[in-house]
Amino acid sequence: MPPEGVPPFELVVVGASWGGLQALRWLLEGLTDDFPTPLVVAQHRSSDSSDVMVRVLQSHSPLAITEASDKDAIEPGHVYIAPPDYHLLVEPGSLALSTEGFVHHSRPSIDVAFESAADAYADRLVGVILTGANTDGSAGLKRIRDEGGVTVVQDPATAARPEMPSAAMAAVKGAKVLPLRKIAPFLVEICR
Amino acid sequence: MALRIERSALLGPSGFEPVKRNDLENLEIDLVLEGIYQQYGFDFRDYARGSIKRRLWRRAYAEGLESISGLQERVLHDQDTMNRLLEDLSINVTSMFRDPEFYLAIRQKVVPLLRTYPFIRIWNAGCSTGEETLSLAILLREEGLIDRTKIYATDINENVLDLAKQGVFPLDKMRDYTENYIAAGGKTAFSEYYTANGQGARFNESLTENIIFAQHNLASDRSFNEFQMIVCRNVMIYFDRSLQERVHGLFYSSLGMSGVLALGRKESIKFTRHASAYEEIDVNEKLYKRVR
Repeated sequence: MPPEGVPPFELVVVGASWGGLQALRWLLEGLTDDFPTPLVVAQHRSSDSSDVMVRVLQSHSPLAITEASDKDAIEPGHVYIAPPDYHLLVEPGSLALSTEGFVHHSRPSIDVAFESAADAYADRLVGVILTGANTDGSAGLKRIRDEGGVTVVQDPATAARPEMPSAAMAAVKGAKVLPLRKIAPFLVEICR
Repeated sequence: MALRIERSALLGPSGFEPVKRNDLENLEIDLVLEGIYQQYGFDFRDYARGSIKRRLWRRAYAEGLESISGLQERVLHDQDTMNRLLEDLSINVTSMFRDPEFYLAIRQKVVPLLRTYPFIRIWNAGCSTGEETLSLAILLREEGLIDRTKIYATDINENVLDLAKQGVFPLDKMRDYTENYIAAGGKTAFSEYYTANGQGARFNESLTENIIFAQHNLASDRSFNEFQMIVCRNVMIYFDRSLQERVHGLFYSSLGMSGVLALGRKESIKFTRHASAYEEIDVNEKLYKRVR
């Protein structure tokens, strides 16, 4: 465990696909401005989507929500959204972008974000898989588990589409499965 | 960072701690990149780690290997493997008129500036297979500037330059490119610029007359001219901060006063030593003008 007064986790990574905007809204609404751990969000989105997503989420959260730029420093009180048509990779303390080919037909890909985050933060990382209709994120969540991080999956019964959380549950036995509304309180509890 | 401090604090009385897998893996990556540099001269040592690691593993798996060290042995002894790895390490995903708003901004905000020069030199750094270069050439032709422009299109990878010189692109891309072209403020029918044949869409040779394709390595080569505009989009995202700093220095010293620097939409000059030398021309499209 880290010394007294140091938050136990350095980052929460969240992956979402179909129905994700609504789920992210619920999740972020449950986090107050003193939430100590920065968040990185990989949400599947079309290549030409505008900044509507940031604006919608910002209107429901006191945290500073921005679309990630290359080499952004990762800071507490911030939520970084993967920009459309780029992969988002986590490095120790900062973010990097890539236009490599699609992974699981997606750019951004949740696996790319999660796997790089697991490499950067190992057991000081929390991974959360939300609603979606594909299997992106399962391999990344497994990597987080293998590196000693905490893994959380939205209860498929509470998801707009159950495929992605179901696949993540199958890939990561022992992941914490929670209904959507319980995820934010759980993060608050473990990240303090 | 806190993680590293903690780890070193864990060192026992003997000062010895078994290497954690990730540290070992990072060591292997350092070694293979150093080996490639020493053996072949390609310098990937200061590339962003997360992305380079993905690509090294992709090549290792494709070669049937189970470690980065295994890949190192293969790459150092076999030029063909090195060539395949080079393809993986140089990202060549590009399209014509990618981000149409970028080209629209060039038409509206940069072209008036370029018009003031009797002769225009543009450096398209990291041109890959040439889609971006050709898009710029089309735009400049429509603005009546191509005849007094030279575009220097450079890339680290000679294979992609060979493709770029051919100016032939897959036919099935033309629908997307046409949409992009229109959104980018295109002034005619996009199909006028190419002829479709069995191989694909061959772009008119008159478009490439003023383009010089040449190999150039941003990580190690020097400036080679003074330019009125440098376009380098989604290239430096693969570099770490120190290499980005080097390349920004290179661009700064290669741009004339009032020269324009064009970066990718999610790139920024704000971290660099040269940030104060530029004014924003378009904040969303990351167009900057050198002012000092």
